[in-house]
Amino acid sequence: MSYVKELIPPRPAPAVIEKRMNPARLTGMLVMALWVLLAASLIAMVITGWDTAKFERYGPRYISGLGTTLALVTLSIVMGAILSVPVAFARMSKNAVLNGIAFAYVYIFRSTPLLAQLFLIYYGLGSFKSELESVGLWWFFREAWYCGLLSFTLNTAAYQAEILRGAIESVPKGQLEGAASLGLPKSVTFWKIVLPQALIVALRPYGNEIILMVKGSAVVSIVTVFDLMGETRYAFSRTFDYQAYLWAAIFYLAIVETLRHVWAWLEARLTRHLKR
Amino acid sequence: MGGISSAFASLGAFFGMFDPLCGPVGIFTLLGEGTLVSCGDAGWGDEIAFGVAVTTALALATLPLGLLIGFLVALAGQSEEKSLRLAAGIYTTIFRGLPELLTLFIVYYGMQILIQSVLGFVGYDGRVEINAFLAGMIALAVVNSAYSGEVMLSAFRAIPKGQYEAGDALGLGRGRTMVLVILPQLVRIALPGLVNLWMILLKDTSYVSIIGLSDILRQTGVAAKVSKEAFFFYMIACGLYLALAILSSFALRFIDRWSRRSEASR
Repeated sequence: MSYVKELIPPRPAPAVIEKRMNPARLTGMLVMALWVLLAASLIAMVITGWDTAKFERYGPRYISGLGTTLALVTLSIVMGAILSVPVAFARMSKNAVLNGIAFAYVYIFRSTPLLAQLFLIYYGLGSFKSELESVGLWWFFREAWYCGLLSFTLNTAAYQAEILRGAIESVPKGQLEGAASLGLPKSVTFWKIVLPQALIVALRPYGNEIILMVKGSAVVSIVTVFDLMGETRYAFSRTFDYQAYLWAAIFYLAIVETLRHVWAWLEARLTRHLKR
Repeated sequence: MGGISSAFASLGAFFGMFDPLCGPVGIFTLLGEGTLVSCGDAGWGDEIAFGVAVTTALALATLPLGLLIGFLVALAGQSEEKSLRLAAGIYTTIFRGLPELLTLFIVYYGMQILIQSVLGFVGYDGRVEINAFLAGMIALAVVNSAYSGEVMLSAFRAIPKGQYEAGDALGLGRGRTMVLVILPQLVRIALPGLVNLWMILLKDTSYVSIIGLSDILRQTGVAAKVSKEAFFFYMIACGLYLALAILSSFALRFIDRWSRRSEASR
């Protein structure tokens, strides 16, 4: 009869055998190689296809297109923000009619394509020329730029109204009750207690909405506005040089990445009192 | 051959019965008789109905491709391998940052140039036309996958590590752990985000009208140009997109309930 006389001494966990090459690493390296190859071929394309005449001809046009895009997006975001406030409050009101109208507005504008809305305003309303002339609004609907601005504003107002409503409703009810128990009037409660907390919640969705708007604004090039995309299409139709699209891609990526980083910094800065 | 084609024709006629726009009980047939949207040669009803079919087909064809690529991107994004994570990060950064329209043009003209140069290398020297449906499908799938990859990545992060360890403890292999343990939970967590992406995809299909595919917006646009009734036809286009969105929200509510069938009811 044998029995264990001594316990096995405690041992460290077996060393993890790090394989030099596993499928994941191989795939990762292959895909990275593909990216590097792509980047290298893009750079090679730019260098071999470099044409100073084209650069001098279309470079300034790209810059002016960039200006148009930024102006369009900035204006429509600001005007959309203004328009979204009454819509958001109508959405939160107990009045069924008001609520229904705001709901229909938000639902319709959020579930139809921006391109269709733009066409509806530019070509659709533009077909009522004599009526618009008699009201004195023809100068507005004649210009594609104004039509783009109007459709973007209406579109982003619907999205921003939902963002604002969600943010205001995310403030817990106890905050309102706390303010009421302190005897604060409704307006002070809203401006000093609800809104600051709501806007922090809304910050990230607002950033996403601006980025979506920058990307969505490219459709305005279809109705003859020379924004960044419009200038790109113009340059491509003249030169049949594929680089035209690559430069546009660089510009758009730069805008979006800048916005993303600014927003990340803004959020870190504005929520620093919430960090523990 | 005649028998087969007539069988197909009768099959088409059978499904035509349920055509919601131009069928025997379609909206355009009932309400549009004698107007601009009547079905047949006189009106634009049948052309627009074809556009609805193209839009739906494009969206439905793009979705599985986008989800598949998105899943692979998410898988790469949560991998322990650094280079794989970096590669996935580059992919999402690029395709979430580019406007959908630009991606479409890059894919459409890029494919054309690529295939042309490859064929030129072989010795063929004709003009190459890329199928707009295919180009639209690839471009939309790429954009959709960049977003759905992010959604699934955050869903992956929401699944605790213990689930993988439980799979190991049961003796399941990696693939079976993924399919039997992780995926059912992943679907449930990612579904709300993916529903949003489906709605966005449905709207983004309108971009393919610009490269000449006969979708809703293209067909109504042609009708608007010919008949000079732009407001009426673009209203119809918006209404059709709205109808598609409402219909799919019904279907998605059903899918949502199905995905939660194993959860305790509250």
